[in-house]
Amino acid sequence: MQAPERHPLTITVNGREHTLELEAWVTLLDLLRERLGLTGTKKGCDQGQCGACTVLVDGRRINSCLTLAVMQDGRSVTTIEGLAQGDQLHPLQQAFVEHDAFQCGYCTPGQICSAVGLINEGQAKCSAEVRELMSGNVCRCGAYPQILRAVSQVAGIAPDSENAEHAVVTGTVPA
Amino acid sequence: MNPFAYSRPTDIDAALTQIAANGAGDTALPSTAGPTPVPDLAPAVNAATPAAANQYEVRFVAGGTNLLDLLKEGVMVAPKLVDINRLPLDRIEETPDGGLLLGALARNADTAYHPLVKERYPLLADAILAGASPQLRNMASNGGNLLQRTRCYYFYDVATPCNKRTPGAGCSAIGGVTRQHAILGTSEHCIATHPSDMCVALAALEAVVHVQSARGKRQIPFAEFHRLPGDRPDIDTTLAPDELITHIALPPAPQFAGHSAYLKLRERLSYAFALASVAAALDIAEDGTIRAARIAVGGVAHKPWRIPQVEAMLQGQRPSDEVFGRVAEALLSGAVGRGSNNFKIPLARNAIVRALHVASRGTVTNWNVSTETNEGENQ
Repeated sequence: MQAPERHPLTITVNGREHTLELEAWVTLLDLLRERLGLTGTKKGCDQGQCGACTVLVDGRRINSCLTLAVMQDGRSVTTIEGLAQGDQLHPLQQAFVEHDAFQCGYCTPGQICSAVGLINEGQAKCSAEVRELMSGNVCRCGAYPQILRAVSQVAGIAPDSENAEHAVVTGTVPA
Repeated sequence: MNPFAYSRPTDIDAALTQIAANGAGDTALPSTAGPTPVPDLAPAVNAATPAAANQYEVRFVAGGTNLLDLLKEGVMVAPKLVDINRLPLDRIEETPDGGLLLGALARNADTAYHPLVKERYPLLADAILAGASPQLRNMASNGGNLLQRTRCYYFYDVATPCNKRTPGAGCSAIGGVTRQHAILGTSEHCIATHPSDMCVALAALEAVVHVQSARGKRQIPFAEFHRLPGDRPDIDTTLAPDELITHIALPPAPQFAGHSAYLKLRERLSYAFALASVAAALDIAEDGTIRAARIAVGGVAHKPWRIPQVEAMLQGQRPSDEVFGRVAEALLSGAVGRGSNNFKIPLARNAIVRALHVASRGTVTNWNVSTETNEGENQ
């Protein structure tokens, strides 16, 4: 039986460059978990509906289950394992601990990577917008209020704030 | 996922050479697919068209947010995947006439947050931001948004027959659970809806889709880009099997920028597909009468539902919920529920009235909220 065709891939993960040869159908998520042993990134639905697999590619948050690893050739990926500086937790990790922003913890790596992306994007101006812009991460335990407080704190946004000039949830209009 | 061959061309011609293997399909595909009061609307597809559109030999992948999902589920098959992400089609440029040219590979998020898109086409920015999640919008391309497939649960469930997956197999949605299904423009073969929010705004803005193949370039008016299902529900669009979307052109529309609204109604507040959505834009004269209107409805048909003749009913009228109600009734004329989606008929009607009502008072977006009260006399 013929071995499957492999494609050369150079990818930087959490600051470390990897040069690999990979089958085309391996997703970025499976590369991280199964080939590189970075199991912090979770596989929830594997179809872009839960956000548990969220990682940062060149600083932008994406669902790693819906991209092929070979499509990310030459890119720099940051996962939950790459956020802390030694024993010093990333401010979002610290805030999640302080606000008790998880129960089972399965969604947490995706939530935190998503929150890093949200802060990088700079679009959220009030906690209502933080809630909207964190909607791509589902928490089965329902820790949303605590997650919202943790992310808002690190983003420098007052908790439970509704910006009077930005009080609209996207896609809705006032009654 | 099933194994597939993979390549990553860096110039457009190389990508087009690869996709040419699919053949041109039916190059005479009529481009008259629009919701008009005439019943038989699906552009015919002649017998020379390749088997199922799900079975093309070569497929482009851009964001991958829908295609990879479908490949994993086995709903679509792609023996050869051509990664087009390195093609130079990711820019958003001004056109001399005051419009914009959106690169097919510009990401949905970059498009929605682009200063010129926000300023000139707030309706489009808001529609994009109403769809999917931030992660998905960071990945999804503009061209791919147009080509995403229905989220009909039977289309996704390969254990059930589906004419969109396998022409002639039968439709499991008809007689099944139809909560998300179409009420307009359906056929006995398919009652699926098109899931995009972005496309609803593009329909209202009369965008033009620029496409290219090894055979040449052409432009497809947005109203003619998506098809009604007819007897070939496997073919969603009039894009030929060997064509690439290169750009989406937005004609200038400053007359609508001050009075537009995108309203999306869904099962939860965010990150869900529309049960019904409305892109409404009004051009209102100094004396308060309506000069022109654009209304497109999402979540109700196989394509964004727009009837220019109905929009013309608003010309010269003063905004009022009574006249908006008449427009909504005309737009939904012929709507048929199938049990669990009966609610969509009054839902869509009321959404149309509300979107027009809000648009008449100014543009409400996520970054520029009108301060006008909503307790007006026409409430």
